Amino acid sequence: MLVIRADLVDEIVAHARRDHPDEACGVIAGPEGSDRPERFIPMVNAARSPTFYEFDSGDLLRLYRDMESRDEVPVVIYHSHTATEAYPSRTDISYASEPEAHYVLVSTREPDSHEFRSFRIVDGVVTEEDVDVVESYMFAHTGADDVPDHD
Amino acid sequence: MAVTVSIPTILRTHTGGEKSVEAKGSTVGEVIDDLESRHSGIAGRLITDGSLHRFVNIYVDDEDIRFAGGLQAPVGENSNVTILPAVAGG
Repeated sequence: MLVIRADLVDEIVAHARRDHPDEACGVIAGPEGSDRPERFIPMVNAARSPTFYEFDSGDLLRLYRDMESRDEVPVVIYHSHTATEAYPSRTDISYASEPEAHYVLVSTREPDSHEFRSFRIVDGVVTEEDVDVVESYMFAHTGADDVPDHD
Repeated sequence: MAVTVSIPTILRTHTGGEKSVEAKGSTVGEVIDDLESRHSGIAGRLITDGSLHRFVNIYVDDEDIRFAGGLQAPVGENSNVTILPAVAGG
């Protein structure tokens, strides 16, 4: 499951709308091992295309250097589909190489509504996961609710 | 002459989890051959039919080798080689 703050969802959707009809892309970095997306980093789509996205290779290196210096990993890697559903394409699957990341897809094909979905892509296998949008991670549900309530 | 090679998450299965390893060589191709001799299988993840896999970026001291001679790109003494998977899709 992807647990993500509502303001970060809003940022991703706003970026996707801004770059429509080209695909938008970026990362939400978070502390290594936390699985908690925290730092929104919109990237330039070097392909500037409605059917392809690509981080510029220099931007990619700077991004990873920056995350490394902060002990961060790319918790979320997002991009938009501007004419099709929010589901990984064959190209998305062939490039996916962060087995720990949540691959978020947003579809902006409808002007008034958007699809926001999250996937794991490991060894070419796509698994959709639930998305839990929360106001703050402080109160987010983090584990099995196996502790009985006491009055 | 030792070169430090940064290994991305997806290839750390070949390096026993290590984020960076040392290697020898005066070109990127030689460095990859040297890596392969101790971390079997890694070369096949980087090179297809003698050229760099299109899903992978390799940098020597921050320069993308696609713009610096490809696998023949020179590697200096104490250079840093960074391997990163491309982030791209359709």
